[in-house]
Amino acid sequence: MIEVRDLTKRYGPTLAVDALSFDARPGAVTGFLGANGSGKSTTMRLILGLDRPDAGQARIGGRRFRDLRWPLREVGALLEARAFHPGRSARDHLAALAAGNGIGRRRADEVLDLVGLAGAGRRRAGKFSLGMAQRLGLAAALLGDPPVLLLDEPVNGLDPAGIRWIRDLLSSLAAEGRTVFVSSHLIGEVALMAERLVVIGQGRLLADTSVAQMSAGASSLEAAFLELTGASAEYQAAWPPVSARKGSPS
Amino acid sequence: MTALEAHILAGRDPAGRYRFRHAARMEWIKLRSLRSTWWTLVITVAGAIGIGVTVGINTRDAGGDLTNNALAGIVPALLLSGVLGVLTMTSEYSSGLIRATLTAIPRRGLLLAAKAAVFGAVALAAGEAASFISFFAGGAALRHGIAAPALGQPGVLRAVLLAGTGFCLVGLLGLGLGAIVRHSGAAVAVLVGGVYVAPPLIGAVAHQVAAYTPIFIIANSLGTTKPEACGAQAAQCPHFLSAWAGLGVLALYAAAALGIGWWLFARRDA
Repeated sequence: MIEVRDLTKRYGPTLAVDALSFDARPGAVTGFLGANGSGKSTTMRLILGLDRPDAGQARIGGRRFRDLRWPLREVGALLEARAFHPGRSARDHLAALAAGNGIGRRRADEVLDLVGLAGAGRRRAGKFSLGMAQRLGLAAALLGDPPVLLLDEPVNGLDPAGIRWIRDLLSSLAAEGRTVFVSSHLIGEVALMAERLVVIGQGRLLADTSVAQMSAGASSLEAAFLELTGASAEYQAAWPPVSARKGSPS
Repeated sequence: MTALEAHILAGRDPAGRYRFRHAARMEWIKLRSLRSTWWTLVITVAGAIGIGVTVGINTRDAGGDLTNNALAGIVPALLLSGVLGVLTMTSEYSSGLIRATLTAIPRRGLLLAAKAAVFGAVALAAGEAASFISFFAGGAALRHGIAAPALGQPGVLRAVLLAGTGFCLVGLLGLGLGAIVRHSGAAVAVLVGGVYVAPPLIGAVAHQVAAYTPIFIIANSLGTTKPEACGAQAAQCPHFLSAWAGLGVLALYAAAALGIGWWLFARRDA
């Protein structure tokens, strides 16, 4: 369970996250949607205690992240694809993180196997393709077999088979009763795996709903998403003019 | 928390919580699993010994501080120790690893303490190895009928031990600078500027202040068996700190850098 309450973060004059409140519940994949620059990554960083909120708070299983007793066993996080030192092998990277939370070294090999990197574990991670880097990030998130998973754009860089694989993996993790919170700017991708949707724009909550509800009132889920986020998109193309964009996007 | 979630948590969550030893073990695996760590240390130690031997071969004056001569390679070697300290911190930021590290160990003071302890221990071991091997190799290289100094002579063991300690302290100074500046290039520039470039400049302007700069402390306070004598140039020569005062001042620098680094690390967004 992830509980976000009135979370607010300012970077200089920019309000990146604006009094944001929502829950991500166990047993379901919750999609976290928003246009580029809408505050998704900042929200995730605030939940993980990497950035300090200016107001509000985020709790995981009732506790602030920094108060968790064994963080990796309680929350698995994938924030950016390359959160590792390029000169270190995938296996050593995972073994180091595991040791930090009293997790045995054998688990590093298990998760490498799980994400399909068993053959690449001894190679320097700096040589990995983006897809392999994503898989290594996912392996790190799964190290502690955590009940809560937080993944920022996990399908980035994966090929279609990899996207299918991660979708099935996240669905099965949620089916085991875990909380799975996945951000994306691709509504179509999220619709295939999420039941719940949290949609934000310019750091504000636009919708906290289910996939079924969101698509009910519009011609398509994409149309509903664009209508919802259109007014608050951080960056808008100057062309076509807004008046010409009213029609439903294909 | 649902019953199922509570079950998942309770099922394999052992008692207690992560502590210093977990963070230290993590940092040790990180440090030892980078080939660059070992290359840097091997080159540093070999370079220090090489300089000590070269000075030994070319020594003709038996009246000089032969121990200080043998340790001549420690001062240039400090640069690599300091840079390695900087990189131990800044490479976490340049690679993005810091985010993964902090999701395992969110308590930042504990993390920095573990980093400093693990890196400090490795740097101390390397520094003492460089210092002792330089001392014996430099002594063995002496020619022209000059007898090698022995550890039992007054001040010799102290000089050899403290030169190695200085190596460790400059490494920790680098680690602290890395935590303050976070950018590898900028932190290395501050380190080199502060430790190598500034002291001679300061020395040219204010002789007495120069005695408090890290490089003069290590060369003239820690690594000597007797106070430096300036002879005819006494007026131009700073009054160098004693070995123990020098050690204290150097430790203060490292502690200040780590303290400020810790203060910023605990408050800044990662």
